[in-house]
Amino acid sequence: MKLWKPWVASAIVTIGAIPALASGQDFMADTTQRKQPLKVWGAQFEELEYRYSDNDEEIGVWDADFFYGTDKFKARWLTSGEYSFEERAYEKLENQLVGQIPISTFFDAKAGVRFDTPEGPDRTYAVLGVTGLAPQWFEIDANVYVSKDGDTSADLDAEYELLLTNHWILAASLDATVAFSEDREIGVGKGLVSTETGLRLSYDLIDRAFSPYVGVVHERKHGDTADIARAGAGSTEDWFAVIGARLSF
Amino acid sequence: MKKTLVAGALSLLIPAIGLAAEYNLTVDRVKIDTGEFVKEGVGYNGKSPGPVLRFKEGEEVSINVTNNLDEMTSIHWHGLILPFEQDGVPGISFPGIKPGETFTYKFPITQSGTYWFHSHSGFQEPEGAFGSIIIEPEGREPFRYDREYVVQLTDKHPHSSERVMRNLKVTPDYYNRKQQTVGEFFSDASENGFLSTVKERLAWGGMRMMQADVEDLQGFTGMINGKSPKQNWTGIFEPGERIRLRFINSSAMTYFDIRIPGLEMTVVQADGNNVQPVNVDEFRIGVAETYDVIVRPKDEQAYTIFAESKGRSGYARATLATEEGMEAAVPELREPARLTMADMGGMSGMDHGDMPGMDHGDMAENDEMAGMDHSNMANMDHGSMAMPEAGPSDPFYAEGSGLVPTAANGGKFLSYADLKAQKPLYEQREPAREIELRLTGNMERYTWSINGVKYEDADPIRLKYGERVRFKFVNETMMTHPMHLHGMWSILDVGAGQWNPVKHTVSVQPGTTVYMETEVDASGQWAFHCHLTYHMAAGMFRKVIVEGGPESTQAASSEQSSNAGGDV
Repeated sequence: MKLWKPWVASAIVTIGAIPALASGQDFMADTTQRKQPLKVWGAQFEELEYRYSDNDEEIGVWDADFFYGTDKFKARWLTSGEYSFEERAYEKLENQLVGQIPISTFFDAKAGVRFDTPEGPDRTYAVLGVTGLAPQWFEIDANVYVSKDGDTSADLDAEYELLLTNHWILAASLDATVAFSEDREIGVGKGLVSTETGLRLSYDLIDRAFSPYVGVVHERKHGDTADIARAGAGSTEDWFAVIGARLSF
Repeated sequence: MKKTLVAGALSLLIPAIGLAAEYNLTVDRVKIDTGEFVKEGVGYNGKSPGPVLRFKEGEEVSINVTNNLDEMTSIHWHGLILPFEQDGVPGISFPGIKPGETFTYKFPITQSGTYWFHSHSGFQEPEGAFGSIIIEPEGREPFRYDREYVVQLTDKHPHSSERVMRNLKVTPDYYNRKQQTVGEFFSDASENGFLSTVKERLAWGGMRMMQADVEDLQGFTGMINGKSPKQNWTGIFEPGERIRLRFINSSAMTYFDIRIPGLEMTVVQADGNNVQPVNVDEFRIGVAETYDVIVRPKDEQAYTIFAESKGRSGYARATLATEEGMEAAVPELREPARLTMADMGGMSGMDHGDMPGMDHGDMAENDEMAGMDHSNMANMDHGSMAMPEAGPSDPFYAEGSGLVPTAANGGKFLSYADLKAQKPLYEQREPAREIELRLTGNMERYTWSINGVKYEDADPIRLKYGERVRFKFVNETMMTHPMHLHGMWSILDVGAGQWNPVKHTVSVQPGTTVYMETEVDASGQWAFHCHLTYHMAAGMFRKVIVEGGPESTQAASSEQSSNAGGDV
């Protein structure tokens, strides 16, 4: 053991000297944070609102997004839900865990799982999607889902922000869901399932961190899905007045 | 034998005649009060900005820097020519200064002029860790003055730099409150016609680029020597005196357009090097640049030093007066600049088909473009109605650019093209090779890079000691980038041959190509980066390795690096 130490030391010195001799110069390597990928986190509530429908239904709605990662890879938790105050139950409760990577200048691809755990039957899906900024400033989020039972569906969210001023913003949104197979248990028929269009007028009160808004939302079920709803005496079309806030931390 | 004796005698004399000087700096947590908000920051000797360090050309300085922070720190001597181990960039020059540690910088002063120093660790610099350096020349200066003031500018933001960085990464337009609105659409439509305005908006929307993308970071308070516009830093003068103002832009992100209504300014120095005097009414100072100007107020009155941000979202203000408390009128901010298609000239991957009625090749000849440009120019200077049809031009901006500055009084605005060295620093010779650096980025992702590669993924740029290289900057982004090469001069090609000005920071405007040459006369490794804090942090950075060099330097540097390696 005693013999070892000087031997190891001289070996280290020799190894250290070789590249120094080879390149003539041996400068320190940059191991500072500057050389590391920038790690960023974000937490945003795109929607956090109270909805009041044309048939006096009251629901609480959120659509939020939490992420952590680098330019090359982000882990994202997307959560959205609708809570009926009357029935004290979640009409919709959806959580997605996805990994996200850039695929073009303006678009990212994402893949992961989606868990639906509202009142009633639960569902688990595999998710594959793209998200990004389309020409003319449309924010696009499109996904396909495959459930454990093999049912496939897709959705498309598009949003456009119109700057009335640099603080008053009118945001128009469209969400559409299409099913490629029927899942009667959760009230989904084949074809166009539902659309939700919204118009929200917001004001950036504290930077872009807190932007209260008011708006209207129109929800509609289509085709077979509407038939299923009618059969169950459910509504197929609702108008909501909404009040809420966009939050960003 | 004789020689040794003489040298020995000289070395004995040197300290006696004051050619060695010692300075002490502490790095401290400080409070920065802008009059609008109070913020915790970082300063030197208990203040931000730190002190003015006065060096003399020819002296050997030692500067003891004591780190009173609870994190690593460093000081970079911006624009100073020195051994690379003294350059103060953690991870490149040295490991950095640990909390509680005192590090002694030692280097000879081989130049003169106005410079500055700042931390190169994390976001300490935008948090206030900077000060100024004045180096008195050995010989006489080619201009005279009776009085001098440092005018150090910064853009103090109420948000912490960490938060600004995160906000820009999450929402790149987070701080942009000068975006085009519905109202602007209608005013443009009434001015240029509805259809051409729609076409224009569609062209920009097609590219997903904003004409209003002039300043990433708005919402700051412009500060001069640590004072906000309200706190009004004041420099006293006697009428008839020549005053030398040493302007230093220590901002994180902000370019300032500077004027002193009622006074003509004679630019005598840029980035510490004397230039042939140019009389101007206004000049634009890039981030990290310095300009020395001489003014001669004849009247017993106050004059406002007005520094308007390039994007017109904020300003700094100070006063020159014959007594404390005197004030002059503070001008209104002008209309914000808008980018034009010309500023997009360098964009790669731009789909020409997506731009109705717009052709890259003959941008200037295109009637529609000319109409647009005219309106943009009118916006920039709505005071002067006698605008030439073609709009102002400057060879260092894209032809038809919306960013070309004009003087508020319609007079002379300094251009890089006006800068000519007073005395060439180097003999004129052909560069050995050209290195192309495309300045690249993605505003929607807030990634910034060189040749499409961020620092984290980049190999160093290798230069050979003794060669002269020509750097070709091609700005493919829509932002202006102040490129700063450490350790060696940047000889900006303004087409003046041996009279090309010698700088340390070169601004490259959107859609332009700018050349600079460097005499590679300093071995070691150096930083080379965009001096906009958040562009640098997002990857617009390179390490430059100078291979070879004098024997002694080589031995010293490899010894230094093995020490540094030991520490890490």
